Amino acid sequence: MHLKVLYFAQLRERFGLSEESLVAPDSVITIANLIDHLSLRGGVWHETFAGGSAFRVAMNQDMVALDTTLTDGAEVAIFRPVTGG
Amino acid sequence: MTIENKFTVQVQHEDFDLNTEHARLVSNDRGIGAVVAFIGMVRDLNLADDVVALELEHYPGMTEKTLSNIMSEACKRWSLQAARIVHRVGKMYPGDQIVLVLTASPHRGDAYEANMFIMDFLKTEAPFWKKEWTADGPRWIEARACDDQAAAKWEQK
Repeated sequence: MHLKVLYFAQLRERFGLSEESLVAPDSVITIANLIDHLSLRGGVWHETFAGGSAFRVAMNQDMVALDTTLTDGAEVAIFRPVTGG
Repeated sequence: MTIENKFTVQVQHEDFDLNTEHARLVSNDRGIGAVVAFIGMVRDLNLADDVVALELEHYPGMTEKTLSNIMSEACKRWSLQAARIVHRVGKMYPGDQIVLVLTASPHRGDAYEANMFIMDFLKTEAPFWKKEWTADGPRWIEARACDDQAAAKWEQK
């Protein structure tokens, strides 16, 4: 599955990455699977996603829950809880 | 003038002018009996530290989509004739305006409640992030539980 993954604010700075295209293995079905997949990179990735800190995920620009099924070609954005206004 | 362009959202770097925005909102509609305006400002104090500047980042595309959805939801709940959201991004300083929400309705109750509803969901759902600059350097502001509670209270109504 091909995905475009975006990172914003704290996560963009921590990962040193604002956007990447990735081909996820067949085992990645849901948003939670993708998070686990990214966590396997270790270092700051593991600390962020396995460390219990809060984050939110949007797919194709809508907020989604972790059990949401990914669609091929989706734009997935991962970020800390929002603080506008 | 179509109904759609009476309900608009705007994300911009530039400052906004309340009088200009208000005049545009109410033009050509003599049925409007009440307009409520909310303006969010940059404070010079947060967590007991001196804030020298604030930087706002957002997710272009999703931000506008989210703000439009919040406005549509407000239209389902209240009788609104017009509404406008302007949110700034980029670097701002204490005393600067950050966000404007205008709501217009025949009677004041709808405009008041819809305005608060829009701000409550803007704060918890619209993808903006604030970075605060203090004498010790920059730090990202953390989301507050009371903002989640403010949005959650509308679910019970």
